[in-house]
Amino acid sequence: MRWISILLGLSGTGAVGFFAVREIIMYPMYFFELFLGGLTRGSIYALIALGYTMVYGIIQLINFAHGEIYMIGAMTALIVATVLGMWGWNTAVIVILAFVFAIVYSCAYGFTVEKIAYKPLRNAPRLSALISAIGMSLFLQNYVMLAQTPDYLPFQSLIPDFQFWEPFAHIITSVEITIIITTVIVMILLGLLIKFTRIGKAMRATAQDKVMAALLGINVNNVISATFVVGSATAAIGGVLIACHVGQINFYIGFLAGLKAFIAAVLGGIGSIPGAVLGSLVLGISESFFTGYFWSEYEDVFAFAILVLILIFRPSGILGRHDTQKV
Amino acid sequence: MLKLSNIHTYYGNIHALKGIDIEVEEGEVISLIGANGAGKSTTLMTTSGIVPAKKGTIELNGEDITYLPPDDIVKKGICQVPEGRRIFPYLTVAENLDMGAFLRNDNDKIKQDLAYVYELFPILANRRNQAGGTLSGGEQQMLAISRALMSRPKILLLDEPSLGLAPIVVKQIFSIIEKINQESRTTIFIVEQNANLALKAAHRGYVMETGRITMTDTGENLLANEDVKKAYLGI
Repeated sequence: MRWISILLGLSGTGAVGFFAVREIIMYPMYFFELFLGGLTRGSIYALIALGYTMVYGIIQLINFAHGEIYMIGAMTALIVATVLGMWGWNTAVIVILAFVFAIVYSCAYGFTVEKIAYKPLRNAPRLSALISAIGMSLFLQNYVMLAQTPDYLPFQSLIPDFQFWEPFAHIITSVEITIIITTVIVMILLGLLIKFTRIGKAMRATAQDKVMAALLGINVNNVISATFVVGSATAAIGGVLIACHVGQINFYIGFLAGLKAFIAAVLGGIGSIPGAVLGSLVLGISESFFTGYFWSEYEDVFAFAILVLILIFRPSGILGRHDTQKV
Repeated sequence: MLKLSNIHTYYGNIHALKGIDIEVEEGEVISLIGANGAGKSTTLMTTSGIVPAKKGTIELNGEDITYLPPDDIVKKGICQVPEGRRIFPYLTVAENLDMGAFLRNDNDKIKQDLAYVYELFPILANRRNQAGGTLSGGEQQMLAISRALMSRPKILLLDEPSLGLAPIVVKQIFSIIEKINQESRTTIFIVEQNANLALKAAHRGYVMETGRITMTDTGENLLANEDVKKAYLGI
């Protein structure tokens, strides 16, 4: 029995491997396009996943309302861009203001959600805060649906097709390359923030031991707020970028994007910032290959299957730490 | 300098401190001894504002600090080395020390103080780029004390500095504690189960039983006291 299953496994892997190698050799450009598409997708996941992983690292809470913060970022950018567009403002100014407003609004929402829904439950059982998070997510979705519209809204791309990018545009569009570059810049800035600034050091200390951080004079509540604000800002950037890429948004986009980013964060090892980035890229690229080579309609099934597999075989993720429980 | 009057603290329904009075004068080394679960650590956590008192007052130089949040209490000059040391395991030794100076901006003096703690505990200088979690228990205790010193405290609260350490390391730690008290006139408040060591190092001591202070005297007198000998010194 055992050798039969090994044989089957090997021949299966061999067949898939043979198929993959043949495809890659015959259509290398297609492979490359899928890879870049996955990189773009992974970049967006990473921008959202950072918020999940940072919040989890500090208060051990899966902030299920985080996807909604991302959606609010995209919505705000849409409103700002539409209004300023009607007034006939310069495109560059519109882009900058759309990003600024999206970030400010998302940060304000992230900050407020923490104060209203999580802070009062700081010492309650973890499940209470988790349920509060799901409630907040539903509330924000319905609030945006009622305040705006349940329909899909067209989102005119804020990022123009760059002239100089023309020769490469058939491989990767201006929007996609902008997404990748912006993500890299955001990651570098975030890394510097965490490593060298005062608030970054306070975040790392608080994530490792809240009581000790307080005993050294760190205001833990402020650090938690700052974490929500930073996570919301990166999610807002992701929201605006993806809206430019997809070209339409509605109140519901945060739900699936939030779940995917959550999967990416778990895949990388929740609580770990490099893990979130790595997990996002792995998820984005493998999703892209899966839809490109197999069945595109099973894209979400594939992502959730990955979640189930990680939770069974490696619950701490790729870069997760096996923290021993303190007694 | 530090004065706890009639302090009552609860953990949920558990009445952990039942009206405590402790007074610490400037420049003193005070020891609080007692059995497991007597409320010694709670006394420190209440002083630091982590588990605020339900009743009573804590004064620092006449100023009421009972209900200040923990970070403001550190700003007032009270710094605690908690039980179990609580080193940040994924920060390096140098970063751990840096966190001790979190509230300070006087970079020149921070450098001086860093040199001072490296002189007190040369092993920390050797291990400065090593993650805190990889240090031995004794080294972690040295790091924890050094980290607290980096905040330039007026009062240093030490919770069980001898816990889980080899006797020779315990001796070293206590001699450094006395050195800190003498050299920088830092007031020190030690909570210990190792009554013999703690009372020898202290000017004055308090004995605690199930949430109440039952005795207070000079360190020498307590060491000579028959009840203390029987209950805590095993003689």
